[in-house]
Amino acid sequence: MFRYTAERIFQSLLVLLALSFAVYGLIGLMPGDPIDLMIQGDPNLSQADAKRLKAIHGLDRPLVERYGAWLFNAVQGDFGYSRNHSQPALDVISDRIINTGLLLGLSLVLSLAIAIPVGIYAALHPYSKTDYAVNLACFAGISVPPFWLALLFIILFAVVLGWLPAGGMATVGDGGFLDRVEHLVLPVVTLTIASVGDFTRFMRASMLQTLRQDFIRTARAKGLSMTRVVTGHALRNALLPLVTIIALSFGRLFSGALITETMFAWQGMGKMIYDAILGNDYNLALIGLMFATALTLIGNFLADLGYVWLDPRVSLSDRERTV
Amino acid sequence: MNAPQSMARRMGRRFLQHRLAVASLLTLLLLALLSLGAPLLEDLLGLDGQTTNLFQRNQPPSLEHPLGTDEIGRDLLARLLQGGRVSLAVAVVAALASAVIGTMIGVIAGYYGGRFDALLMRFTDGVISLPLLPLLIVLAAIDLSKLGLPPSVTQSEDVSLYRIILIISLVGWTTVARLVRAETLTLKQREFVRAAVAQGATAGRIMRVHILPNAVSPIIVATTLSVGNIILFESVLSFLGLGIQPPVASWGNMLTNAQELIWSAPQLAVWPGLLIFVTVIAFNFLGDGLQDALDPRAVD
Repeated sequence: MFRYTAERIFQSLLVLLALSFAVYGLIGLMPGDPIDLMIQGDPNLSQADAKRLKAIHGLDRPLVERYGAWLFNAVQGDFGYSRNHSQPALDVISDRIINTGLLLGLSLVLSLAIAIPVGIYAALHPYSKTDYAVNLACFAGISVPPFWLALLFIILFAVVLGWLPAGGMATVGDGGFLDRVEHLVLPVVTLTIASVGDFTRFMRASMLQTLRQDFIRTARAKGLSMTRVVTGHALRNALLPLVTIIALSFGRLFSGALITETMFAWQGMGKMIYDAILGNDYNLALIGLMFATALTLIGNFLADLGYVWLDPRVSLSDRERTV
Repeated sequence: MNAPQSMARRMGRRFLQHRLAVASLLTLLLLALLSLGAPLLEDLLGLDGQTTNLFQRNQPPSLEHPLGTDEIGRDLLARLLQGGRVSLAVAVVAALASAVIGTMIGVIAGYYGGRFDALLMRFTDGVISLPLLPLLIVLAAIDLSKLGLPPSVTQSEDVSLYRIILIISLVGWTTVARLVRAETLTLKQREFVRAAVAQGATAGRIMRVHILPNAVSPIIVATTLSVGNIILFESVLSFLGLGIQPPVASWGNMLTNAQELIWSAPQLAVWPGLLIFVTVIAFNFLGDGLQDALDPRAVD
């Protein structure tokens, strides 16, 4: 167990390191560097000044050297300054993490609260009209472009009906609990619709497969009601594949959060990364991307641990051998 | 008894039973025809999706403009057809490119196995679990002239088209790779592959002649399903202003302006999004139907 955990953490760190180098290199390829932007804002700066400034800030040095310097500071907790926010990049993201966590957490809980019962129901009544309707709804949820859905929600609920705010975190001057909840509704619902279809389909498929197994027949044969069979015997087994799917979907959930946050002006990590990339805020974009990746890696790791907890037959050393 | 033919016939029959998939196929064919025939249709109906006409802004549907006009007076239907051409072309080309990359990675990993396989699959898992959209945004935002490409390339009008196809193909190959690897792992244990090895066939020949033709079904299914995903990625990138650049229309970038106009012209937000939705869901149903139909273990 200890060896496995240590190995996984080591691997995740390697992935982060490789990715940070790739992203560092890519960000350097975006239009304009900080000094170019300074020149645009100040006509008194000459080409010679620019050259001198670039030398001072080390922008004329080769990529690997600059990355090494960034990494050296990053390991010590110094991720540099955010150009657009004029504060340390680390300070900018700390609030954003909570906001994104709230959005992602709520929508994940809501999707699972819908997907698990609906998936089970559909699996217990396969090829029925309800099953068919559930399947259609799932496909619709998977296929709808989230940004368009957000746009339609804003038009319907904010412009036409005027029931809910079109975006933002809270009304200026209000900011009470109810007000904050009102601002959460549309983003959470949009994100949930984008993820619930996949979860439901997986839950249904996995439950169907479980129900075909011998121990279910045995349980039925000894006279247990279907409810007891499902809750007592099948559910735990059927949940296993779902755990893996949830883990692998963290990256996609985050992509969804980026869209939703941008559409609803929700001040989370996704919107921050988007703004940082477009606003040439290198340091902030880097730490944001690193953080999002770390989040998905941690998600994967937790899912592997959850797998062991749910299925006692799988020991971590087995997983080690098979993967 | 002609086995292959009856197999194909059975597959065809199973596909036709999947009514949603059949309807989807017809819808997609219709959309493709309309998009390909866009210039012809525009001439026939006398529509103009290019020139701006500020006296004809945000017109409601009329005989002259079947779906009305956009915020600078271009015909909406003509724009939608042109956008369909671009969106569908990008999606299909990117899906095929991803399928080729994924097939090569999958078959090589599965055939050679061992550490090489473990390394490739770890890499694949890594790509799958990444937050792709932020990374695609970075890739879409890089300045091509900093890569040392000549201005004739970086400033040409089609560059945004090629760029988006390239970056989507770079991340879209993972599903195909995993499926092809799994298929290769089972196929390479089969007698006909062993026989080929015993006869001294090279690894390249075995992969090409013996393994790939037998792995075609999962490739087709995964590629069809990936088209839908790719359209979603393309449309969101274009919507954010990082994909297809105006004045070239795509369904995604038509919604960019619609967002600013939701208070004055909310109707502009409906059509492009609806077409994205219909196309994506049709590709997903089609993939689902093909999956059922092409499964050799399925019973009628």
